[in-house]
Amino acid sequence: MSLPATTARHEYLDGAGRLRAERVRADFPILARQINGRPLTYLDSGASAQQPTQVLEAVSYYATHQHANVHRGVHTLSQLATSAFEGARESVRAYINARSTREIIFVRGTTEAINLVAASYGRGAVGPGDEVLISQLEHHANIVPWQLLCAERGARLIALPLTSEGQVDPEEFRRHLNARTRMVALAHVSNVLGTVLPVQELIGIAHQHGVPVLLDGAQAIAHEAIDVQALGCDFYAFSGHKMYAPTGIGVLYGREALLRAMPPWQTGGDMILTVSIAGSTWNELPYKFEAGTPNISGAIGMAAAFDYIRAVGRAAIAAHEHELAAHANELLQRIPGLKLIGTAPGKAAVISFTLAGVHPHDIGTILDHEGVAIRTGHHCAMPLMDYLGLPATARASFACYNTHADVEALERALQRVREVFG
Amino acid sequence: MELSDLYRQVILDHNKSPRNFGRLVPADAEADGYNPLCGDRLELRFDGSGCAISVASASLMSEAVAGHTRAEIESLSQQVIQMLTQTSFTPKRDLGKLMALAGVHEFPARVKCASLCWHTLLAALAQAHATVSTE
Repeated sequence: MSLPATTARHEYLDGAGRLRAERVRADFPILARQINGRPLTYLDSGASAQQPTQVLEAVSYYATHQHANVHRGVHTLSQLATSAFEGARESVRAYINARSTREIIFVRGTTEAINLVAASYGRGAVGPGDEVLISQLEHHANIVPWQLLCAERGARLIALPLTSEGQVDPEEFRRHLNARTRMVALAHVSNVLGTVLPVQELIGIAHQHGVPVLLDGAQAIAHEAIDVQALGCDFYAFSGHKMYAPTGIGVLYGREALLRAMPPWQTGGDMILTVSIAGSTWNELPYKFEAGTPNISGAIGMAAAFDYIRAVGRAAIAAHEHELAAHANELLQRIPGLKLIGTAPGKAAVISFTLAGVHPHDIGTILDHEGVAIRTGHHCAMPLMDYLGLPATARASFACYNTHADVEALERALQRVREVFG
Repeated sequence: MELSDLYRQVILDHNKSPRNFGRLVPADAEADGYNPLCGDRLELRFDGSGCAISVASASLMSEAVAGHTRAEIESLSQQVIQMLTQTSFTPKRDLGKLMALAGVHEFPARVKCASLCWHTLLAALAQAHATVSTE
């Protein structure tokens, strides 16, 4: 199903190595539809990205030619399904440069991955009086599992303050680490502010204190180069649907030594080696953490999405998205009363903003009427909203298939909001 | 579905200049309403921040309920909630300016914005009732 990289280069990039966004766009059937009688301008990929034909076809091919349960039957289809599923695992391993497929656990998404670590690793590592360190900009998925763990274990959840630009300062981070810190959990990229945290530096500091680090990579996986060995992180979590794959599939990467020592989380079929009424023994990694029939077609879709990103060119995609964000920043300054939220240098192509006198929900409705889809609300980051003193923001997020025409449509629609609200 | 069905002049006006805005201390009944979807918070009578639809709905509500009995307010609230949620709705009586909220029904994502304050009002009345009945 994968595209040969050599021909794909010519297909998706122009002579100067820049992304041909119109060509990319043609791979995403949903982008051809209209919304409220207008062409769709999809600027909500930070919430969920659209899927290209290559992913849809990979999933469909599996369902029509290979589907059966995995790791069970001796019949041909079961072997084909197992081989496709395990091939997907290898594809994920290669993309994030994990040492072994034993470190790649398929889960439902980032949320489940973090819950797994909090429940399995956290319960063993965090005790009364200990601390878990997160930052003020985390998504609820990287707050609530730790909050529950801390409440259960009599530990404290500490949130790092941010700089005025919405960044985590490494020195501030260092000051918050102490002898009681047992775990650090941080976003790689903020889903609200677009801030790319200096994760490599932060991981180095945490490791000097002997504290493991989990990175929430939901907003990074489709945009940043992810090399878990170079990063040195202990856990890395991400979701398929943020990277052009289906919903309901995600990955937890964990360092093998940690995963090996962790007790099972969910239990049942496939995660066991032997079961008797007197007791059970656990399967080897990664299966110890994959109870029940997994999302086989989701994993296959995810592998196809990685192939797609690789074929188009991750670096070219990132460069293109940054160009679009810069264009949007420039055009949005023209809207009276518009304020950008989150201005850290080198931030990802995520633009949060407020408009004086207009609630983000009203912005969202009017933009939708113009065919422009953005996210509005607290973005599952209520502690960050409180910290910023805002009830909500509007957010435009960019992906490989967005074009400069999308940026212009956003600006026009925002001018329309100004017309309605004066 | 036209934008002007949602953002009628009455709505925009009440959003810009909400009536009866500010805290009432002491209040006979109090309740907090919160819509986790959009981050709106409203408090009766009525204070807080919200989108144009929720602010205008609360402002219109504060005018409409003034001087009415609890039974009348409960009946009115049910009428408005039905208008917001039901496809074919015929009001039992003239809802006056509240009819400006009729267009919200065409925008399913915004129904909760308009109904929040009415649900909050019913909750406040129920609480007040509970207090009375225990005395």
